[in-house]
Amino acid sequence: MKAFLQSLVVAVLLALPLAAQAGTLTVKGSDTMVILGQRWAEEFMKKNASTKVQVTGGGSGVGLAALQNGTTEIAMSSREMKDAEKQKLRTRYNTTGTEIPVAKDGVTFYVNEANPLNALTVEQLRGIYVGDITNWKQVGGADAPIIIYSRENSSGTYVFVKDHVLDGEDYAASAQTLPGTAAVVNAVSKEKNSIGYGGAAYAKGIKELKIKVGNEEIAPSAENIKAGKYPLARDLYFYLRNKPSGEAKTFIDFALSPEGQALVTKVGYFPVK
Amino acid sequence: MDRQATMEQGLTQTAFAPALSPTARRRQLREKAIAGFITLMAFTGIAALILIIVFVAKEALALFTDPAARHEASLSKMFLAQDVPPGRPPFRWQPVSRVPKVSMIPLFVGTLKTTVVSMFVAVPLGVFGALFAAEFAPRRLRELLKPVIELLAGIPSVVLGFFALMVMSTVVKDLFHFDRPLNAMVAGLGLALAIVPVIFTVSEDALTAVPRSYREASLALGATPWETAWKVVLPAAAPGILAACVLGFGRAIGETMIVLMASGNADVISWSLGDSARSLSATIAAEMGEVVVGSPHYSLLFFIGVQLFVFTFVLNLLASTWTKRVVRKLTGGAA
Repeated sequence: MKAFLQSLVVAVLLALPLAAQAGTLTVKGSDTMVILGQRWAEEFMKKNASTKVQVTGGGSGVGLAALQNGTTEIAMSSREMKDAEKQKLRTRYNTTGTEIPVAKDGVTFYVNEANPLNALTVEQLRGIYVGDITNWKQVGGADAPIIIYSRENSSGTYVFVKDHVLDGEDYAASAQTLPGTAAVVNAVSKEKNSIGYGGAAYAKGIKELKIKVGNEEIAPSAENIKAGKYPLARDLYFYLRNKPSGEAKTFIDFALSPEGQALVTKVGYFPVK
Repeated sequence: MDRQATMEQGLTQTAFAPALSPTARRRQLREKAIAGFITLMAFTGIAALILIIVFVAKEALALFTDPAARHEASLSKMFLAQDVPPGRPPFRWQPVSRVPKVSMIPLFVGTLKTTVVSMFVAVPLGVFGALFAAEFAPRRLRELLKPVIELLAGIPSVVLGFFALMVMSTVVKDLFHFDRPLNAMVAGLGLALAIVPVIFTVSEDALTAVPRSYREASLALGATPWETAWKVVLPAAAPGILAACVLGFGRAIGETMIVLMASGNADVISWSLGDSARSLSATIAAEMGEVVVGSPHYSLLFFIGVQLFVFTFVLNLLASTWTKRVVRKLTGGAA
């Protein structure tokens, strides 16, 4: 009898967190993807009233850390998982995680509206951001020092630009870091000699630089990114600990459905399908 | 009188009191319970402090015990110049990189720059403001001045940071003809807003605590009010004013939000106030959120915390010994 009671208590205690979780799905991570995640969640919850989807930001690293700690079911990330993070997952859950690209995003470089330049090559951007090019006239602009804005090293965009534009080199020491793409956009719109970068979804009120490849100037537009022509495009991912199942699977299926991908375009990103 | 006598008896003669009345015993018990509770509270504070130190130090210790961390962030990598390709600075803070660069020097320079700027502005403002309020202001004005300045202390630092970022940055840039709107000057001025009320309040208390007889003696000897304030009252209040400055400095070195928002956070080594600055505290705040727990980078951020703690601790120690010396000098060795 006593043993039965004990096992009952244990069973109830074990079931409690499960019962509390039933019907809620937590999605956490990249600030770039928060708005997109919330749109998906809203539409999804309209159809599946029994499921509550909670979407929070914090950054790609925060989401992936939460995935390792077991505090989120889905992590949103604007970069691929690092080896150290995979290692953590393996030691704790004995999985390497599941990676699902759900949208595409172009990293856009911005300049102030008053800047006469419209396009730069990736090499020129690299020169500016590693500190070899310090004056706008070196790339055909006015004679003025270049004010470089960057993101904090906790940002997925920071890592993307470092890997794809700087070839892994360090940012110039004079690169000022700001918390969030919105802050970068605001700073660039206020300072006429500045340059910054961020996701395409935020780019309002400043000039987006085109990327010069050969003689062609490629704008960070939907067609160019979808066609893979724009050189600085990236995938946005969902990460899970295991293969998606249950509510997580329904949610991800919805995100990848034509309807979900239409929302991607609406928010300002680019569909994967 | 009677009551007090019983109470004192209850307090001092507990062990030997022969037969206490039930009321006295109850009172005695209550006293003990209250004393115990207060002691517990005091020790909880101390215990919390010790636990925090132990926790922070433990996380930072991995930097010296873990071989991977020791390789990535050795002391020589933190404090000495690194071999770099020509044209690249030898001291960098780039912990997220293929080859992480973890020099503390840019962070020291950044912290020092913003703190010194803020102290240069806030110490004269705070001390002279206090001198004015304590010695020269009419009573009505003083009663307006004090609460208004103390109100400034109540403004959350994130609001001050936002103000520095959105308003002060453009004004300062135009005023000093700086290249960049976010720089050490703006951050330092923003910090000054946060520490002026600290320095003002503590200095004012120290100045008003100077005995009236000092002033009367000085005035009676023919000194003007200004001479009295400058040569008699201010030196007499020196220990208190120093304590005010140390408190302000401690706040400035540890203040995070204002610097994070207004300094630009570039890890550049430059003494120019028009350049950006990355402070120790802002680095912790900006990077702790996304760091992989247990990685060398994580331990490194805790190590920065330990350094900040050591700095303020040493500073407080120096200030308190100096204060003692000043007090001894002023009182002719009597105290």
